Amino acid sequence: MATRTDFGPPDYRQMLPPIITKNYGQWKYHERLQPGLLMHVAESGDALYTIRVGSERLLSTDKVREMCDLAEKYCDGYLRFTSRHNVEFLCSDKARVDPLIAELKAKGWPVGGTGHSITNIVHTQGWIHCHTPATDASAVVKSVMDELYQYFGTMDLPGYCRISLACCLNMCGAVHCSDIAILGMHRMVPKINHDIVRTKCELPNVIAACPTGAIRPDPANKSLTVNPDRCMYCGNCYTMCPGMTVADPIGDGISIWVGGKVSNSRSGPAFSRLVVPFLPNNPPRWPETVEVVKMLVETWAKHARKHERMGEWIERIGWERFFEITGLPFTEQMIDDFTMAPETFRTTAAFKW
Amino acid sequence: MSNNGTPMLDDLEKGPWPSFVTDMKQAAAKKPAVNDLMRQLEASYTEKVGHWKHGGIVGVKGYGGGVIGRYSDSPDRFPGVEHFHTIRVNQPAGWFYNTKSLRALCDVWDKHGSGLTNFHGATGDIILLGTTTDQLQPTFDDLAELGFDLGGSGSAMRTPSCCVGPARCEWACFDSLNVVDTVTRTFQDQLHRPMFPYKFKIKVSGCPNDCVAAIARSDMAIIGTWKGNIAIDQTEVTQCAANGMNIQTEVVDMCPTHCMAWDGSTLKIEDRECNRCMHCINLMPKALRPGNERGASILVGGKAPIVHGAMLGWVVVPFIKLEPPYDNLIELVNKIFEWWDENGKMRERLGELINRQGMGKFLKAVGLKPVPQMIKRPRANPYYFWREGV
Repeated sequence: MATRTDFGPPDYRQMLPPIITKNYGQWKYHERLQPGLLMHVAESGDALYTIRVGSERLLSTDKVREMCDLAEKYCDGYLRFTSRHNVEFLCSDKARVDPLIAELKAKGWPVGGTGHSITNIVHTQGWIHCHTPATDASAVVKSVMDELYQYFGTMDLPGYCRISLACCLNMCGAVHCSDIAILGMHRMVPKINHDIVRTKCELPNVIAACPTGAIRPDPANKSLTVNPDRCMYCGNCYTMCPGMTVADPIGDGISIWVGGKVSNSRSGPAFSRLVVPFLPNNPPRWPETVEVVKMLVETWAKHARKHERMGEWIERIGWERFFEITGLPFTEQMIDDFTMAPETFRTTAAFKW
Repeated sequence: MSNNGTPMLDDLEKGPWPSFVTDMKQAAAKKPAVNDLMRQLEASYTEKVGHWKHGGIVGVKGYGGGVIGRYSDSPDRFPGVEHFHTIRVNQPAGWFYNTKSLRALCDVWDKHGSGLTNFHGATGDIILLGTTTDQLQPTFDDLAELGFDLGGSGSAMRTPSCCVGPARCEWACFDSLNVVDTVTRTFQDQLHRPMFPYKFKIKVSGCPNDCVAAIARSDMAIIGTWKGNIAIDQTEVTQCAANGMNIQTEVVDMCPTHCMAWDGSTLKIEDRECNRCMHCINLMPKALRPGNERGASILVGGKAPIVHGAMLGWVVVPFIKLEPPYDNLIELVNKIFEWWDENGKMRERLGELINRQGMGKFLKAVGLKPVPQMIKRPRANPYYFWREGV
């Protein structure tokens, strides 16, 4: 039998609950009735209730089936997932909402992640399944969310706060525009295995892949050499060539970046900025990382005005004040020295003491 | 489960947030290989380094991507994960499911793989996490039977994804699900057979809130927007105030263009000055609605740091109407592919190529006229070209 190919994903229209098919494109407004519960009202007067639940992203088929059980019991067999690894139960019958929430709570599944809360952390694979990570993903996320748990199920923060994690700067998770980004970092120059480089790698491509021009031919070894003064440990050479190992138990760890966003609301989309250049990998609970993230959330929550996101708060008070309030030490790594560096230098004599 | 030799993993079952370790243990009860996955992860926690070997090319018949080869670097210690490949499965647009399809998917994965999944991966795909080389083709054959195809990987067009859109959002300025579905079906070849300089991501958000972070991570971000006036229901505005919202400080004072006024009973918007940031609409969904002439802005060049630094997408089409069959959009994508494929170096994303060759060249190549909406401010340096006919 010839293999069928290129038939594309299942048609999303088969996946929509009848209330959505009926009111598609005809939604009028929505309300957040309580943390984790949205009500969307259509022009027709129909109301759809969405119950948002945080998930661990790494799901067993058993857990997915448990989700299906609930969707069948309360939602006529329909559910959806969000871009931040939450699952949403879609209820067209108001009478089923409270029993569903009660059953979710009895199971210990977190209901929340709406409005001014800490919603789920977008993250990558980490040590569970990636070949270039500088840290784990799932364990760090679990540890941070355990500590920030109360903020998932409430909506009392000043504004949105999106936390994301990528386990290396390939950033499958595109964390670089998050209120708080947890980013795995390497700190060691690649260890070169000449045998592998010689036999398995396209040398010109590896040289070209280096963003700082740190890699040069090593004719004597028919291999490559790295200028340690120019290497920024991005790991791009390792992606191109398995003979350029950049992972290291002591060198690898976590950096923290703040103040990014993607929405256009009020201020434009913005990159997150470096505020902690290195924290050690300290499995299984990464206490140093958890402590900094919690401090950042709570400091922002205490000082920001209503609707002000992390970056908007910082822009208002100034970065010099941010470092003072948070007590985070300002280090040389925070002064950019890559391609766009001058854009970040202060070009006015107006600043705060 | 106790005494399984993974004390650090066991610790991660404590605490209120759902634990991925519990899922691994559930999977391990059916699939012994997952015990080795757990033991290898425990070793990573002890040794503070990953244990997956570099890359590895595996796949299924007729496809150049969609499967990520993964091999343990210590198969002697963890034989169950000697090969433990990932399959990217193209999700239905908007991540909606009926449970019949989800259950069928779970059955296939229990039959052929580890029983571990991601809903969803950061790429947007359904991730089936871990199987052996000999099970790849049988997995795909069974997936195809269910109507689930593979997603993108490598130097290909990646699986497009979108926000919840008109399925459940009153702010969707076009049908983001239908656009993603159409683009995905149109470019199956580019999605399944890596032939580009590097990856190419298309992400689609129905309004400027950009719930799928299109501007940050996609080479082509399609973000809903509108022309015309924001519709105001003054009664609902008054109701917001009565419910405790301080319209002056929370809405009017926070408007980035200062185009609003509130006298305690009537909200006025000078729509010509509005930049459609969504703040006021976000705060008062019952009272305010996007204008009637709806479409999208297209931004190109967004990406994460590798190789030459992260970039946000740049506006190149301030406004485009998006209606089936989307010929205008498909034509633009084709022109962009053609120029990038012709000029891009290996591992050069579209934004990096535009940066290297100049936005002017890009706009000319794809037939777009320069307009002020494309820039924050004009250049300050005098080093410009003076080309005939430009």
